[in-house]
Amino acid sequence: MRIRRRFWHVFCVNRRVIKKREGREPLSEQESALAKNAKLEVQSVAMTFSAGENGVDALAPVSFALDEGSFVSVIGPSGCGKSTLFNIIAGLQPPSAGTVAIDGEDATGTIGRVGYMLQKDLLLPWRTVLDNVVLGMEIKGVTRQRARATALPYLERYGLGGFEHRYPRELSGGMRQRAALLRTLLLDTDIILLDEPFGALDAQTRASMQEWLLQIWADFRKTVVFVTHDVEEAVYLSDEILVMSARPGRVIDRIAVPLARPRPRAVIGAPDFITLKERCLVHLGHTATELAA
Amino acid sequence: MTIEGFTSVAARMGRGVRFRFPSVFVAKRSYRRLPVQRQWSRRSIVATQVLLVVAAIGGWQAAASLKLIDPFFWSQPSAIWKTLQIFFVKGDAFVDIGYTFQATILGFVVGTIAGSALGLSFWWSRNYAAVVQPFVICFESVPKLALAPLIILIFGMGLASKVAIAVALTVVVSTLTTYAGVQAVDPDSERLFYSLGASRFQVFRKLVIPAVLPWTISVLRVNIGLALTGAIVGEFISSQHGLGREILYAGQTYDIALVWVAVLVLAAFSMIMYVAVSWLEKILRKGVAH
Repeated sequence: MRIRRRFWHVFCVNRRVIKKREGREPLSEQESALAKNAKLEVQSVAMTFSAGENGVDALAPVSFALDEGSFVSVIGPSGCGKSTLFNIIAGLQPPSAGTVAIDGEDATGTIGRVGYMLQKDLLLPWRTVLDNVVLGMEIKGVTRQRARATALPYLERYGLGGFEHRYPRELSGGMRQRAALLRTLLLDTDIILLDEPFGALDAQTRASMQEWLLQIWADFRKTVVFVTHDVEEAVYLSDEILVMSARPGRVIDRIAVPLARPRPRAVIGAPDFITLKERCLVHLGHTATELAA
Repeated sequence: MTIEGFTSVAARMGRGVRFRFPSVFVAKRSYRRLPVQRQWSRRSIVATQVLLVVAAIGGWQAAASLKLIDPFFWSQPSAIWKTLQIFFVKGDAFVDIGYTFQATILGFVVGTIAGSALGLSFWWSRNYAAVVQPFVICFESVPKLALAPLIILIFGMGLASKVAIAVALTVVVSTLTTYAGVQAVDPDSERLFYSLGASRFQVFRKLVIPAVLPWTISVLRVNIGLALTGAIVGEFISSQHGLGREILYAGQTYDIALVWVAVLVLAAFSMIMYVAVSWLEKILRKGVAH
């Protein structure tokens, strides 16, 4: 199974790149005009996994566009295809249909154009924190020496000072996630995908990580797509929330979060915040009476 | 049974009179304590070991002197000691040791490197791995020593044939272990690498090789023993030098003391190599720092 998965995506990546480059006609004028304003545009992306005779629809056609520098959360029940969607945007899986455009340019099936971070920190145990953080730059062809020099000030600034030469096993869960996020951020990609990055952290660490993330987002001005199970987290962090339905995943609601930034922690108790939270929860299958109780 | 008797029994059951163990069994409940072993001091452990060796040698010497065992077939420590001195002073001990050492080390190095390379190569193509794997397992299940006479015929009586047997023994273990390591590479880490835009070669060099190294290293100690076995067997079959040839020759001429001498030298030699490889392993592990 493991080998299968491993070879599968390699196969996909190669296959897709070739196919796309040859076969795809350029975006129509109208489409590209539409896409010009959007940083990331997902155009009727659908995914069907073929399991024997009948396929499983993981994603119904999904479309949305994100503005540059926005922070968007995606929530939805488990198995709604959030991770599939991320894999498609990151080019790790070819969609059954549809395209992904970055800056109005077709980016379906191309890798290395968005930063992608998973719930697992995936730090390499044989590299120090600093060398883990520079991995992305190294892969892009920057020499390790220069990459280290670039990364060092960021480590200092974002709470990893003094840990540069430690190994990941010596760090706490929160620290490891910080290192993993910095690795994603120091890539020169404008978009980053965060797949439940704080899912495995305890509530307290999670809260401080959320603030840390907002700080870093304000500094880097990247477009962030954030998957989470935690509705409160989604409302607290985002400009906008995309709600997805159960399989096959579709976007069933887009909820704008008009709360002013910077947001103090206390905003969680504000009536506006609670209304937004309830609206999300209703979509996730909690009935109004349940919420009232 | 009267109706009354029946009802009284039923009533008693209804009231919940339950069976109880006779008090003899429940009177005293004892609990086990956690077994704790008292640790001997390092000195007493070494002293016991020395005592055991002395007792074994002394017992052997005494049994042979008292003719409890036949000193012709069993030899005895005093005779072995004399032969040992002759072997080192007048005999060609160093030539033999050097010869066996050379064959072992060459077989070890070539076998380990070739095996690891083969195991790593399976990462590159699923189809290639699927095609080649049955052959590797087939070769693994063949008793390689059965091929030794053939190898001697092909590679001749010199060093090459001993090295070849040692390689045959070590290469498969390395291959299979390395391949197990390759299969254990975290697919999520691989996904991360590709999401960063890595090429296959970058994934191989920066992820697969470092991840597999500990597996390759873990096989070194096994391989040094296998390489020595291969070299000795090669010398048994046909050779002009080496500790294996010495043992065979001594056995054929009923020089039992010399057999023991060669076996002892071999044991000491094997231990030294084992320690050296363990040390190498430690250094390498520190280098790859998992």
